[in-house]
Amino acid sequence: MLIIITFSSGRLPFLKGDPVAKGTVHIVVERCKACGFCVEFCPTHVLALSSAFNSKGYHPPHVIHPENCSGCDLCGMYCPDFAIYSKKVNTGGGK
Amino acid sequence: MPVDETVNPVEPFLRSDRMPHIWCPGCGIGTTVNCFARALIESKIDLQSLALVSGIGCTGRVAGYVKLDSFHTTHGRAIPFATGLKLANPKLNVVVYSGDGDLAAIGGNHLIHAARRNIDLKVICVNNLIYAMTGGQTAPTTPGHATTSTNPYGTFEPAFNLPHLVEAAGAVYIARWTTFHVRQLARSMSEAFSKKGFSFIEVISPCPTLYQRRNKMGDGLDTMKYYKEKSKTRHGAPTNEVGLTLNGEIVVGKFVDRDRPDYEAMMRGQYVEALGDRYVECGEMVCS
Repeated sequence: MLIIITFSSGRLPFLKGDPVAKGTVHIVVERCKACGFCVEFCPTHVLALSSAFNSKGYHPPHVIHPENCSGCDLCGMYCPDFAIYSKKVNTGGGK
Repeated sequence: MPVDETVNPVEPFLRSDRMPHIWCPGCGIGTTVNCFARALIESKIDLQSLALVSGIGCTGRVAGYVKLDSFHTTHGRAIPFATGLKLANPKLNVVVYSGDGDLAAIGGNHLIHAARRNIDLKVICVNNLIYAMTGGQTAPTTPGHATTSTNPYGTFEPAFNLPHLVEAAGAVYIARWTTFHVRQLARSMSEAFSKKGFSFIEVISPCPTLYQRRNKMGDGLDTMKYYKEKSKTRHGAPTNEVGLTLNGEIVVGKFVDRDRPDYEAMMRGQYVEALGDRYVECGEMVCS
């Protein structure tokens, strides 16, 4: 039996296999000062601080789970150095 | 402005040749600039009609990093400069972007009088609770018991509660967010653009180099986690209850959104009443 729960907003809960929003992260390594805001506040935990250095001696973030990125651009909003941003990829899923 | 997929969406608003900026790792001022740029994108404001005025201090440097008509004025005089701009060309959207030391300390009188006159300015006050650029001295916004370079045994002066101060003086839009609340902050900035009158947005921001380090509060990231944990959104909260403490709760939200005639409307009303047809609008006289 299929039970469909409808919320007052009219939205349905995600089911396995539903299309979800996808995105890609772009990192400008040389601007990063390794504050870690993007790594901490990424809702899908796409990022981690890498062990590599940039030319100023900071450890910029790198992408560890690219498949989880939804392109919400929260990393871009948090970044105080304008060194990271994400863009939605048009997959037909998500809004 | 054409959308380029290969660059940061805020890049068109920045003077990229001046990057990286001088702000410390973990400082929140860059985050507020990011939110400001996104508010400009969202509100689709005409950049030719926008002027940004900064005073002195870490936040005062914003004027040098944004690709807008921006002015880096003398210490505390961002609001008088912006008032002059607005009066000379009433069609301009004037934004004052400065720190707590600049706006509330040396520029404190200008702040309350601009709010009293209800001049159509959008004031964004990045409050890091200390004089950061000069070495971490006690500011009028430093909460009690905090250790600073001029109060090594703790501050004992009562601090300014900025939303309460500007509400009492007469501002029409008052909001407070922290650098953790990026989406809310960008929305508040967009709202302020559509509001006529004196709008004041306070942004609580970490100063990891001076304030957080001296008070053993960790780095910028620890402060952001503290903001996440300790901030409570209370829209319409009475502003006399939103004072800041050293380790306590931070009340955030939109506190005041009211309507009052602004300076221009009051000036026109008074002069039309007194002079009748002899009154000529300033814009028609000099700015045509």
